[in-house]
Amino acid sequence: MSSGVEPVEESAAEESPIVANADVVKARQMVRALAQQARLSLVDQTKLVTAASELARNTLTYGGGGSMRMSIVTRDGRTGVKVVFRDEGPGIPDLELALTDGWSSGKGMGLGLSGARRLADEFDLVSEPGKGTHVVVVKWAR
Amino acid sequence: MTDRVPVLKIGDVLLVSIQVDLEDQMVMDLQEDLSQRIVDTGAHGVVIDISALEIVDSFVGRMLATIAAISRVLGADTVVVGMRPAVAMTLVELGLSLGGVRTALNLEQGIGALRRARDQGPVGR
Repeated sequence: MSSGVEPVEESAAEESPIVANADVVKARQMVRALAQQARLSLVDQTKLVTAASELARNTLTYGGGGSMRMSIVTRDGRTGVKVVFRDEGPGIPDLELALTDGWSSGKGMGLGLSGARRLADEFDLVSEPGKGTHVVVVKWAR
Repeated sequence: MTDRVPVLKIGDVLLVSIQVDLEDQMVMDLQEDLSQRIVDTGAHGVVIDISALEIVDSFVGRMLATIAAISRVLGADTVVVGMRPAVAMTLVELGLSLGGVRTALNLEQGIGALRRARDQGPVGR
């Protein structure tokens, strides 16, 4: 599922655990602050924060907790925000299926992963059963 | 113990004004509190003001749809008011169009919509 997320430069990196409901709220606020710092438009901020909210909840609910790492990235003179979610949970057996609208392993509407992919400019998902899940989203300033 | 979203009663309308970034547990509590208040007060309408919300993700979106459905079963119409334009654009791109939820631009229009619905009697949908 790689879409070639290889930013040239990275700065202002911050990491935060996602182990409780309150951490999902905190993750949203942290991503919002960084998106403002990177001068994303209001709509792009909102899209990135919403994507981060979906992924943070996935990390907590399906991954059994994990962490978020975010940074400002620059590539070819463009600035963006990259957010990485990582967990050591059960992993996703079928990535294609998991990215289908409406597919859900239980609770939720099945819009988390597929929705986050639509809201981000770049999206990368690596997961294997038993080896946890690693999701990267990048949103670029226009 | 997490905070709870207050449910205010104005005439036969219940007003829920969400002013903080919602934790998932607060969303669940709100569903319960609001259902109970509808029954206790016999309210005919519910207005949910989300003008302070910077994002609505699939969890909160689903909560709005569920609250509207529960209220309807309990005899009350629901109107969601004050959605920010950036939130609306994001929500639709996310894949949620809130088809079963009545919306209005602001509180005044929301209350007006409830009045009209009530004057016309039960709303068929």
